[in-house]
Amino acid sequence: MTASPVPPLTEPRSPSELRLAERTTSTGLRVVAVRRPAVPLVELRLRIPFLSAEPGHPARADLLSDSILTGTADRDRAALAAAVQALGAGLDVGLDADRLQVSGNVLATELPELLGLISTVLDGAAYPDREVDTERSRLVERLTIARSRPGVVAAEALSSRMWGHHPYAVDLPQPEEVQQTAAAELREAHRRFVRPDGCVLVVVGDVDPERVLDQVEQSLGSWAGAGPAVDVPPLPTPVPRPLLVINRPGSVQSSLRMGRPALPRCDERYPALQLANMIFGGYFSSRWTENLREDKGYTYGPHSRLDHHSLGSVLSFDVEVATDVTAPAVLETYYELGRIATLPVTDREVEDVRQYAIGTLALSTATQAGLASTLASLAGVGLGAEWLVEHPRRLKEVTVADVSSAAADFFRPAALTSVVVGDAESITERLAGLVPVETQA
Amino acid sequence: MPQLPSPSFALSKHTLDNGLRVVLAPDRSAPVVGIAVLYDVGFRSEPEGRTGFAHLFEHLMFQGSAHLEKLEHFRYVQSSGGTFNGSTHPDYTDYFEALPANALERGLFLEADRMRSPRITEENLANQLEVVKNEIRVNVLNRPYGGFPWIYLPGVLFDTFANAHNGYGGFEDLENATVADAQDFFARFYTPANAVLAVAGDLDEDEALALIDKHFADIPSRPAPSRPSFAEPPLTQSRRSTHDDPHAPIPAVAVGWRVPDPHGAPDDYLGAVLLAELLTSGDASRLQRRLVQEEQLVTDVVTYLGEFGDPLDERDPTVFTLTAHFPDAGALDRILDAVDAELADLAQHGLADGELDRVRTRLGSELLRQLDAVLNRTLELAKFELVHGRAELVNELPALIAAVGEQDVRAAAVALSPDRRAVLELVAGGAR
Repeated sequence: MTASPVPPLTEPRSPSELRLAERTTSTGLRVVAVRRPAVPLVELRLRIPFLSAEPGHPARADLLSDSILTGTADRDRAALAAAVQALGAGLDVGLDADRLQVSGNVLATELPELLGLISTVLDGAAYPDREVDTERSRLVERLTIARSRPGVVAAEALSSRMWGHHPYAVDLPQPEEVQQTAAAELREAHRRFVRPDGCVLVVVGDVDPERVLDQVEQSLGSWAGAGPAVDVPPLPTPVPRPLLVINRPGSVQSSLRMGRPALPRCDERYPALQLANMIFGGYFSSRWTENLREDKGYTYGPHSRLDHHSLGSVLSFDVEVATDVTAPAVLETYYELGRIATLPVTDREVEDVRQYAIGTLALSTATQAGLASTLASLAGVGLGAEWLVEHPRRLKEVTVADVSSAAADFFRPAALTSVVVGDAESITERLAGLVPVETQA
Repeated sequence: MPQLPSPSFALSKHTLDNGLRVVLAPDRSAPVVGIAVLYDVGFRSEPEGRTGFAHLFEHLMFQGSAHLEKLEHFRYVQSSGGTFNGSTHPDYTDYFEALPANALERGLFLEADRMRSPRITEENLANQLEVVKNEIRVNVLNRPYGGFPWIYLPGVLFDTFANAHNGYGGFEDLENATVADAQDFFARFYTPANAVLAVAGDLDEDEALALIDKHFADIPSRPAPSRPSFAEPPLTQSRRSTHDDPHAPIPAVAVGWRVPDPHGAPDDYLGAVLLAELLTSGDASRLQRRLVQEEQLVTDVVTYLGEFGDPLDERDPTVFTLTAHFPDAGALDRILDAVDAELADLAQHGLADGELDRVRTRLGSELLRQLDAVLNRTLELAKFELVHGRAELVNELPALIAAVGEQDVRAAAVALSPDRRAVLELVAGGAR
């Protein structure tokens, strides 16, 4: 036997330690600043808790997010955008299940000016009636377009089936709710929710971290107050139900989505679950991809993932398969789920994903933007920058038995909530031969 | 207006005896490296009757090679802690990895092994044919606005097969592809002399050169194919066509103009790049204000150069594209009139105070931002070397953009006249 021609890895080099400063301002805003001078720019992420069970909240939240940059006390929409652009900056506002996020990037020398503009938005977003009217119409059209995509329909159905009447059940607001949302409601929601106490601001770039803390305190000093207490109940435990088939006549592919509750990043079993997920479907060299794509050619690519929200984490699965192989693809998927849940994983599989998990964490935090986003999402679940150092250490300690045990607990197909969007006439009968199904026109 | 910093990435260029061009860019700030190999063949070069072949072939390059079984390429990259991908463009095809620095030699070996001989078999071809068909279903056939406008607009704007055809490919053409086709394609286009290798990040230049020599130098030399010109002159009469989309709930439009040769007329070309920014980048831009905010004719509008939005990704000919979605199916002529009016206004009256400055500043800072990730930097270096013969553009581009003047932008606006445009209306067939 000849030696492998593939060169071995050389000695790994560690990334340099982060130069970081942190402070909670007198108004309750937590600020994290990191020096990363690779390019003369700065990235910032401001996360504002925005979860509520109040009726109409999803529509208000989406429309507020779309309208918050359309004018302030001093500047109309175009003047605000021009001022941002002149700093070489970009400013965006987005929304996830838990919060509103203001994302920005700017030439490093202009950071104080950008903070000043952000302050005028946080303190004085005006929600002009005319601009809100424009954004309302655009949002309704965008929602219609989103729901013409089969993956969006499937994801919405899965959230609804998993979380029932909990706010997490709603991925997108209904157009009718958006139509009824007035500009005055946005001003009121802004006044109540867009408050610094409990928010996190992450700043990463070619900066002196201590000085950034002072700049933030100075620029955002007049923005004060606390948001409302969270009125949302804990997440319910999904009850397993039959595979839901949603009809999309003529669909040339079927969109399968499955999910179940998972473990948060702070759980001691999380590293093992993370590795089990990679082995199953969390990277290209996974069992699910090698089977469904590289062996059978049923799909362009299946993916499984772990997502973390403030009220709980979710393990989810998604794949689009050609219509005529929908049942065989579900069969292979259940086979792979059953296999990883009932038989041990191998040493080689665990070593491969361990290196992948450690290496890709380093790659994803090697840029200003990647580091800022990662630190902001860690902060959102109460974790600090030390996680970036401690987590690789924990990954190194995970054993094959730990991964097999996590797989046995979390990948049992019987415990998953599942939906498929496709051409019901072509797929239902064969699916019903494999698993219990329920249909929805 | 802030001073726009210029990047100063160290870089060096080399050519091996077999013709492989090499760009090295050491930067030791983080222990990661990027590796990219670009071959000078894209979907413009695929033969008639074989639409989509360049992309299908890209898939075959991942199916094993001289020393690697199927699946091993993926596993070696990922079990080293890295990521990989490839993509097919009009003028080139790229293959790339981002890796921890200690996997540099392994990554070079993997690229060299498939440059030497990919494992093209009946079984791999049949498997990847199904994968590619599913890729086209998920990205084009089964979604609203799939492939719009990049698959459909070239057929209206251009006349030759090379420029006008569907680069993703028709299923019938894809199904007709054979192992012999793939072997011929490899022999003709995938020669070391037809490729650029770029490596950037945490590396020592001399060590990296020695490793590149070790793995690539003995790949046999074969001549690079001569590349024909694909140039087509600007239209002299406007064209209009429709595309039926069974899933889209509201109509959309794409307007395309053939634009100046990026090489032959770089000032004119960069004027068009800045014009695209002035028209639709951000809420202060001309068409966002007019079409979205004031007249509310469209829900969104974008303008860009290059098939996929990268203005420096292609040789002549390339396209200036405007796309918009609009809820009122009867509004298309009003939209086109408003675009014409805005372009005419810009051409006649020029720019407002500070308008060009802020747009140039933002574009310059965005260019810097894209270079922060080592893999993006690697791909940019390789692309600038392959398409423009000048990896140094990675450092030079901000100054070139800063030098674009109002006259260049006005001239670009004049060139986007109604008689030179192709208009493709997407007819919405989906439920509202």
